[in-house]
Amino acid sequence: MNEILTAVIPVVIIGIICGAVLVIASKLMAVKEDERFPKIRECLPGANCGACGFAGCDGYAKALCEKEGTATNLCVPGADAVSKQLSEIMGVEFEDVIEQVAVVHCVGDCHKTQDKYDYAGIQTCSAAKLLYGGKGSCTYGCLGLGECVSVCPKNAISIVDGVARVNSRECIGCGLCTKTCPQKLITLVADVEKVVVTCSNKDKGAVTRKVCTNGCIGCKKCERVCPSGAIKVIDNCAVIDYSKCPDCEDFGVCAKNCTTGCIMLSDLSGLHRFKKEEK
Amino acid sequence: MTKLVVILLSAVFINNYVLSRFLGICPFLGVSKKLDSATGMSLAVIFVMLMATAATYPIQIYLLDPNGLGYLQTIVFILVIAALVQLVEIVLKRYLPSLHKSLGVYLPLITTNCAVLGVTILNIDEGYTFVEAMVNSLGSGLGFFLAMVMFSGVRSTIEGSDIPESFKGLPVTLTAAAITSLSFLGFSGVIENLFPM
Repeated sequence: MNEILTAVIPVVIIGIICGAVLVIASKLMAVKEDERFPKIRECLPGANCGACGFAGCDGYAKALCEKEGTATNLCVPGADAVSKQLSEIMGVEFEDVIEQVAVVHCVGDCHKTQDKYDYAGIQTCSAAKLLYGGKGSCTYGCLGLGECVSVCPKNAISIVDGVARVNSRECIGCGLCTKTCPQKLITLVADVEKVVVTCSNKDKGAVTRKVCTNGCIGCKKCERVCPSGAIKVIDNCAVIDYSKCPDCEDFGVCAKNCTTGCIMLSDLSGLHRFKKEEK
Repeated sequence: MTKLVVILLSAVFINNYVLSRFLGICPFLGVSKKLDSATGMSLAVIFVMLMATAATYPIQIYLLDPNGLGYLQTIVFILVIAALVQLVEIVLKRYLPSLHKSLGVYLPLITTNCAVLGVTILNIDEGYTFVEAMVNSLGSGLGFFLAMVMFSGVRSTIEGSDIPESFKGLPVTLTAAAITSLSFLGFSGVIENLFPM
């Protein structure tokens, strides 16, 4: 028994002395953290998505503390609720967050496109893309293997008939999917918009028509009917300049007149509108 | 006096802790990417080595040896070194926040750095006096510094060169480390001939 005690006691004593020294040192030399930092960090959703333009939520919180004039409405996933809390902590005017929703610019599912071959390789979009630009007939379209699904923090994306679909009620607009998609099919669109182009094919009309019944053939009909000049066909594919949409006199005329139906009316406002009503 | 010089020089060159004894490889590979963080890390290691020796040597001589507790050497040394490193971290965070940030995770890693533990234990094993032990620790720290600075130079050269894809990153770094360590083999026998005893 004695042998054990003679071994244990010195170690315990040394341990206690070391601990005491550390406690004293940490009290004496404590670094003063900005007291707003933990508060801000608590408000932020913690998804570390980088939609605010800083390196994760910590980076944004730090920028808010240290750099005067950092906007409080940069957190898209947190939406108005977070912006409100942040503006209270920082003591600045509340600014509305422009909520954004991810939109997949492709609806070429298995009914509208054909397969070139059976793909049996690694089940990721980037791998499939390496083999003749994917198995689908359209080389611009969704590959349907769900790399966007795997990065989505809210499980808002699902693959339906081989094409990614975003559930705008769940989407928080973090933009992780837009960075992941090897086809660059997904973009963030403000949730107030009502029309979206659901095709990204840049081939000539005749080629597009062969590979997908939904593809934009670049006929420029939308360009002609759009009263505010918001739609331009760039590289054989329609692109909407949303900044001109609010003044539209004949809303939805582009979607009604689209030859192939690739311009669609859609309701992007999901969860965010719901949140606003709640308040 | 000659003995102190011999201890210092042989600790730096011949028994270099990283390149000859292969202790402390983790920070050697981890922090050597940039010269300034390599320098910071090495200075921290030198400091910790000196502090650790100053703290552990008396413990061994005045506490463990007289009471026949020599077998507690390893655990007590680890305990003391860990506490010391935590102390250094607190001090750095307060007074040198930029260095603290650049060292990042590697500072806590000094806690379990075998080079530091190795120095303190070898000081006892070699039967050095307190002054000799301190000189040996300084030499070992300087040797670590030398290895880190040299290797950060090697790595910046590697970074700029055209390397096959499969060889990039760790493989080329480890190969370069092996070649650097080989070059230190050339120092063996130099000190004995410089200072014949």
